[in-house]
Amino acid sequence: MARAVTPQRRAVNTAAAWTIALLIFFPILWTILTSFKTEAEAIASPPSFLFFDWTLENYVTVNERSDYFLHFMNSVVISLGSTLIGLAIAIPAAWSMAFVPGRRTKDVLLWMLSTKMLPPVGVLIPIYLIFRDLNLLDTRIGLIIVLTLINLPIIIWMLYTYFKEIPVDILEAARMDGASLRSEILYVLTPMAVPGIASTMLLNVILAWNEAFWTLNLTAADAAPLTAFIAGFSSPEGLFYARLSAASTMAIAPILILGWFSQKQLVRGLTFGAVK
Amino acid sequence: MGRIHLEKVSKSFGEVHVIPSIDLTIEDGEFVVFVGPSGCGKSTLLRLIAGLEDVSGGTIQIDGTDATAVPPAKRGLAMVFQSYALYPHMSVRRNIAFPLRMAKLPKEEQDRRVEAAAKVLNLSDYLDRRPGQLSGGQRQRVAIGRAIVREPSAFLFDEPLSNLDAALRVNMRQEITELHTSLGTTMIYVTHDQVEAMTMADRIVVLRSGIAEQVGSPLELYRTPRNVFVAGFIGSPRMNFIEGAEAGRHGAATIGIRPEHIDVSTTEGAWKGTVGVAEHLGSDTFFRVHGTGLAEAISVRAEGEVGLSHGETIFMTPDPEKIHRFDGAGQRIG
Repeated sequence: MARAVTPQRRAVNTAAAWTIALLIFFPILWTILTSFKTEAEAIASPPSFLFFDWTLENYVTVNERSDYFLHFMNSVVISLGSTLIGLAIAIPAAWSMAFVPGRRTKDVLLWMLSTKMLPPVGVLIPIYLIFRDLNLLDTRIGLIIVLTLINLPIIIWMLYTYFKEIPVDILEAARMDGASLRSEILYVLTPMAVPGIASTMLLNVILAWNEAFWTLNLTAADAAPLTAFIAGFSSPEGLFYARLSAASTMAIAPILILGWFSQKQLVRGLTFGAVK
Repeated sequence: MGRIHLEKVSKSFGEVHVIPSIDLTIEDGEFVVFVGPSGCGKSTLLRLIAGLEDVSGGTIQIDGTDATAVPPAKRGLAMVFQSYALYPHMSVRRNIAFPLRMAKLPKEEQDRRVEAAAKVLNLSDYLDRRPGQLSGGQRQRVAIGRAIVREPSAFLFDEPLSNLDAALRVNMRQEITELHTSLGTTMIYVTHDQVEAMTMADRIVVLRSGIAEQVGSPLELYRTPRNVFVAGFIGSPRMNFIEGAEAGRHGAATIGIRPEHIDVSTTEGAWKGTVGVAEHLGSDTFFRVHGTGLAEAISVRAEGEVGLSHGETIFMTPDPEKIHRFDGAGQRIG
């Protein structure tokens, strides 16, 4: 029997949901608002919420001081590149773990996940030195490699979960129909797993876009993505909150828009199997 | 051609020996049914033939060549699954054409064969639909269509009708039998339903714990079951088994008599009992009789309507010609 929901109860639930949503969204909203204030208003106490002199000055300064487009393109190339390479490696890996598991498959999966438990700073120095020796410091390709590697466990885990939901009968039918392993993955498994692959891809693009530890430590100017662009406004001459907010807003806007348009896909992907 | 020969084929999953060792030859054009209770290894045996599982020992020959290590795609066999296993993202047309596409046949040839198969299976109007938009029976037909277009040397059916309702099952059963008659291709069919086995097979293989208990034509199995297991498994309702003094009188440890081989009377007969359940179907009457002192209950099938009901006394006489005798180990005597 469906649980009866009284109008009062529904109103309380709605109010609670909105409150939580606004609390979560508030830092982003505040950043956006601050980006339109003058530096004086940005640090004013008590802070003004909507009634201040709106200005685009910060955006102008930010654009004069640094090349937004370069950083934006770096972010796009690095996040898409690492995601696509990650998928190319993860799809066959997840296939084998989901459909031809060995005795150690579960251990391998856990081991892969355990690599995410290590604090990245623990391997910073060796990786930095390797990158230095291979001339990969401050290159897009270097960042693509490192982001592919750090996100690979998550991509494999997500795909493994989706693939587990695909009936093995269908893959066996493809085998009986004369499909080679390549055809089986290309024409049968991948199209059926498209929703799962798409949400994995989206999540990974977002993770790579927002990744700050490695991008800040392994780049200087040429390959610096938007995370480094934000960081560039946080130190030298003290803190300029309004300018920093303008830089942050410009950096997060593309991913926020992407997330907004694909939220249905993301929610479906992340709850796949749980709410079948 | 589609002659399949299994020699000492065995299969183990870890410590579990699903199929200890089996020898079997399926002749070209034959319709062979593997039947047995769940867990008897019948599906595993089919999957070994298909190549979806690797054998643990022995060899599988298809048309005289050793196929033991050949991958499923290269064995030239087609399989129809219990779950239909259609490709949900492809139209019916593309589903049926898939094996042809994998064989890299020219597009016109693919279309021609798909149209021909669709016509045979009454699917012509549904070619552009997705599997999700079809009924269970139609889906099963698409699965069969996908199997027939590639003109395999043998068809493998893994309980293909289990997901259909009773009426549709009878229909599809007849369609598959007709298909076998018209194509003349070897078919291997797995089922746990002995009615399907009896009605469709040229030859039945009764399996228990991975061992072929008996291989023979449906009527052979019905008339001369080799042991108690086969006797009990083939035939519906199930054969009655009687032990003790009554069996001793026939020189056996156990005797078996089928419900349809017992005459019923209200006045006299060899055995006397009380009607427990009476099922009046019009064409036949089924009784479950208690208190005979022979077995816990005796099933009887009488032709036509017999006006006896619960609690009444019933007399029964078995047809002496139709009594099956088994020794202490459950093996047939004579």
